[in-house]
Amino acid sequence: MPLTNSIRDDLLASVPSLRAFAISLSGNGDRADDLVQETLLRALANIDSFQPGSNLPAWLFTILRNLFRSDYRKRRREVEDADGNYAKTLKTQPAQNAHLEFEEFRAALDKLPQDQREALILVGASGFSYEDAAAICGCAVGTIKSRVNRARSKLSALLYVDGADDFGPDETVRAVIGGSGG
Amino acid sequence: MGKLEQVMKDPKFQGKGGLNAEIQSRIGHQLRAMYDDVVRQGVPDRFAELIRKLDPPQEAANTADQTAKNDGRD
Repeated sequence: MPLTNSIRDDLLASVPSLRAFAISLSGNGDRADDLVQETLLRALANIDSFQPGSNLPAWLFTILRNLFRSDYRKRRREVEDADGNYAKTLKTQPAQNAHLEFEEFRAALDKLPQDQREALILVGASGFSYEDAAAICGCAVGTIKSRVNRARSKLSALLYVDGADDFGPDETVRAVIGGSGG
Repeated sequence: MGKLEQVMKDPKFQGKGGLNAEIQSRIGHQLRAMYDDVVRQGVPDRFAELIRKLDPPQEAANTADQTAKNDGRD
């Protein structure tokens, strides 16, 4: 359909959540805004293929998600290196409560496999239904559910490990997770 | 991830109402806080301009969306 003012308004209204999705996925504000820009350009170029009355945010999220994934493949090694160094610097910083807690959360989120991270963000933060999230990721609803569950349990284990002092873990758990770190 | 999986299977970690449940609720909270913080930033100018700029012909067709069709220009 043509780009009406109404669609333009809907595109504008989608920008804040697209940015939030992009930042949550990539962990990098500049890169996230580039992703959003590319998403909007693609959406505008392909606006004819958008079905009026269908879910515009879901369509936009699908475009952004696919762009991120193709970009991610290229950057994977670089990101993994950065992640390792980042994790090391975190452990030597003094505890600054809220900020540190957020950094730990962010670092843990970045350690999730991509499939799980995107599923968790779409369902747990963007507020999409399992059905919409499945459509965005191009997989079955059951697959999304299991990815979300695995994401939650892996994240909680990661935070349990990182936030060991907050939660006072059992010594045997400390022993299990101690040593070479991982 | 082997060690992490051991933690995930630890009964103290998995127990009902145990640490896992407490951390789960923090995760939900932190995830939404991170996300909503960005949502609240609204639409940066660069995106508002981008969307506005890419559609100049529609300004003229503002009140005639239903009748004015694309005249073949791209």
